[in-house]
Amino acid sequence: MPPALLELSGISKSFGGVQALRAVDFVLKPGEIHGLVGENGAGKSTLMKIIAGVHADYDGVMRVDGREVHFRSSRDALAAGIGMVHQELSVAPELTVAENVFLGMQPVNRLGIVDWRKMARQATEQLKNLGLNIDPAARLGDFPIGVQQLVELSRVLFSGARIIILDEPTSALSPPEIERLFGVLLRLKQSGRSLIFISHFLEDILKISDEITIFRNGRKVATTAVSAAIDKAWIIERMIGAGREELEESYLGEIKLVGKPTAPVVLEAKGLTYGSAYRDITFAARGGEVLGVYGFMGCGQLELARTLFGKLKPDRGALAIGGAPVRLANTSAARKAGVAYVAESRRSMLFGEEPVYKNVSIAVLDRLSRFLLKPDRERAIAAEQVKALDIRPPSVELRLGGLSGGNQQKVALAKWLTHPPRLLLLAEPTRGMDVGAKEDVVKIVRALRDQGIAIIVFSTEPETVLSLADRVLVMRKGAIAREFADEAISKDRLLAAA
Amino acid sequence: MDAPEAHVVAAERGFRAGDFLRNQLRNIAPFITLLALVAFFSIASPSFATLDNLVNILQQVSVTGIIAVGLTFVILTAEIDLSVGAMANATAIVLTFFTAQPDYVNIANIPTPGAVAIVLALLACFGLGMTTAFGVTKIGIPSFIMTLAMMQIGAGISAVLVRGQIAYTVPSLIQTLGSKSILHVPWIIIVAALFLLVAHLVLTYTRFGRYVYMVGGNREAAEYSGVNTKLIVGAVMVISAVCSGVAGMIGVAYFGSAQQNEFDTFLLDAIAAVVVGGTSLFGGRGGIGNTIVGLFVLGVLNNGLDYVKIDSFLKILIRGLILLIALVINIYAERLRTAARSAHA
Repeated sequence: MPPALLELSGISKSFGGVQALRAVDFVLKPGEIHGLVGENGAGKSTLMKIIAGVHADYDGVMRVDGREVHFRSSRDALAAGIGMVHQELSVAPELTVAENVFLGMQPVNRLGIVDWRKMARQATEQLKNLGLNIDPAARLGDFPIGVQQLVELSRVLFSGARIIILDEPTSALSPPEIERLFGVLLRLKQSGRSLIFISHFLEDILKISDEITIFRNGRKVATTAVSAAIDKAWIIERMIGAGREELEESYLGEIKLVGKPTAPVVLEAKGLTYGSAYRDITFAARGGEVLGVYGFMGCGQLELARTLFGKLKPDRGALAIGGAPVRLANTSAARKAGVAYVAESRRSMLFGEEPVYKNVSIAVLDRLSRFLLKPDRERAIAAEQVKALDIRPPSVELRLGGLSGGNQQKVALAKWLTHPPRLLLLAEPTRGMDVGAKEDVVKIVRALRDQGIAIIVFSTEPETVLSLADRVLVMRKGAIAREFADEAISKDRLLAAA
Repeated sequence: MDAPEAHVVAAERGFRAGDFLRNQLRNIAPFITLLALVAFFSIASPSFATLDNLVNILQQVSVTGIIAVGLTFVILTAEIDLSVGAMANATAIVLTFFTAQPDYVNIANIPTPGAVAIVLALLACFGLGMTTAFGVTKIGIPSFIMTLAMMQIGAGISAVLVRGQIAYTVPSLIQTLGSKSILHVPWIIIVAALFLLVAHLVLTYTRFGRYVYMVGGNREAAEYSGVNTKLIVGAVMVISAVCSGVAGMIGVAYFGSAQQNEFDTFLLDAIAAVVVGGTSLFGGRGGIGNTIVGLFVLGVLNNGLDYVKIDSFLKILIRGLILLIALVINIYAERLRTAARSAHA
């Protein structure tokens, strides 16, 4: 039997104390497309970064063509014929198509001067092989994402890669673009190259892959050839896991959603469209209800959240708050209309160098004072919130940056609670938190809901949505794919809808 | 649950005691520089440390001081205004353009009563500031580039109005503020002190002042807290233009004449005063207190170099070196602070 093209055995990797991969074995055969699936943090990206030389520090053995290798950098990996196209494209939109194909390795003549003619000719040829007939002298940024992706792919190919790793290549593509990409991938496969394809979109994985490998909690759960017997449900079952260990955290059991169809509508969105991020979003949020908006990374939900807070202006569509139509010119207008927003990253919410009380009072300064500041009132208000949310250590004078992550998150929430908003938008409210802090957040959100505030939780983590929401909207590639209300919901059904 | 948080408190306390100096470097370093300069010049020349010379120094930095007030607001929001000198010049020349000039001044000007001329000049700098604000906040031109264009526009307005001539007369109120004294204290010092005082009160005790610091400290967080960051940035650009305008008007009375390029050196001096004083170029840290120290450093340096016999051409180079050192300290202070933070985080 010939050696496998790529073979990994017993690969383990930890970040700090967190075990990202536990003794994973993986085999890639010549001329196959191998799909990788798993939830966020299951370890698939970590494994691919080890293969591509991004993470050099790991345990276990990697072999290419039967020879043991240990890559120190992505340059090492590329020299061994392994290239990766990352989810965030690394193209230079201001440069030409040809320059992008040859980024960092332009053909030069004997004097070291770039040979533009040769570059254009080779780029045209190269792209034609991928079925792309475009002008090599045109600015790359003028082409759609799908084309830019193919240009990046051709760069990886041109640098001699035999093994190509694609991370979430379809998430930003339209159906015809996906068709074209798949055509290219099949042609590459026929020419003897091997591809590893990571995606959340299980239909895409099933359509293109010869084999799939499923990850869960840093372990490989299964590797199987794709056949008629393998379907979405089969994969999801394994991704989530039915083992006792995962049961508690995975919400495999059903959760009964109880919406409040008679509660007053606080926010009404009609036909909201923003660039290529999302389109025709129509929904309503009711007081005293937590609406969960779930979708994969890049599905447009964060852009939607920012639009509702006046940070982004929609191209089309209308918003009404409390029945009155509003146009949110900026975040200040949104705040005055009773909207509050807790962003997904603490750094963009908080002033790390300032004391806690200034972080809390910033959102209510205009209610506290018309002109002169009232520092004593500010401190009193902050102290109240520090107590109510159990922020530790309980001092309003401490520099915010000195607090732990969970407590910082509470401060980000606290600033909106002195004068409760009508609509509270929470983006990834529990990301990166330990279990205790997560429970605190769930408690706080429930308490706010019971005061009659309309709350929308935007998240890419099913657990977050399932633990908080009374009603769920699933977004998929910029549109609302389905709504779950007054019914039982489970993680596998949520994943299947996204 | 308690243990890690107790640790955080301990770390914070340890930080406070151990790294106080590092944290305060941006405030302490300029002050030490000032003391060192005063000590040096006092020893080098017996006539330096006199009351008369103190008044001299204060007078010499007054025009720069008024410009630096506006610039402090701008730099605190992490923006920059390169048009301050040109704004001062344009406003001064608008003022003289609307004031009756002696016969030998060959300018096709429009004489108006003094109060009208002052109001028109103030409107001019306000309008120019609004233009800057519009370009930076509505169109989204980086302030560095926008104010570079405004610098040229200011210079252009000056050129068109005086056409290479020199104007001398300003309204009597401005004449008084710029060149007369009350009880042996020049009015110009009082005006500069008032500007500094009011600016300090605004930055420290008003809601607007807090917003200025917060927008400079973390603009994204300010925006996500519902602060109208564009309004704040626009406002500081207007404040800067108006401060420059007032400095220009009074400066003309102080110098005794108005002509083109008269205020060119004030751009560098005002930026130097703010930065030497220790206000962070990254925004959010510093203030009028720092600017005052910076003004004194600059004033003592300029004045003191006249007392020690030194090549007047070398003075220019020395000023440049001092500014460079201040910039190094400014950046270094920021880096030390973040290093101290992450070591304790």
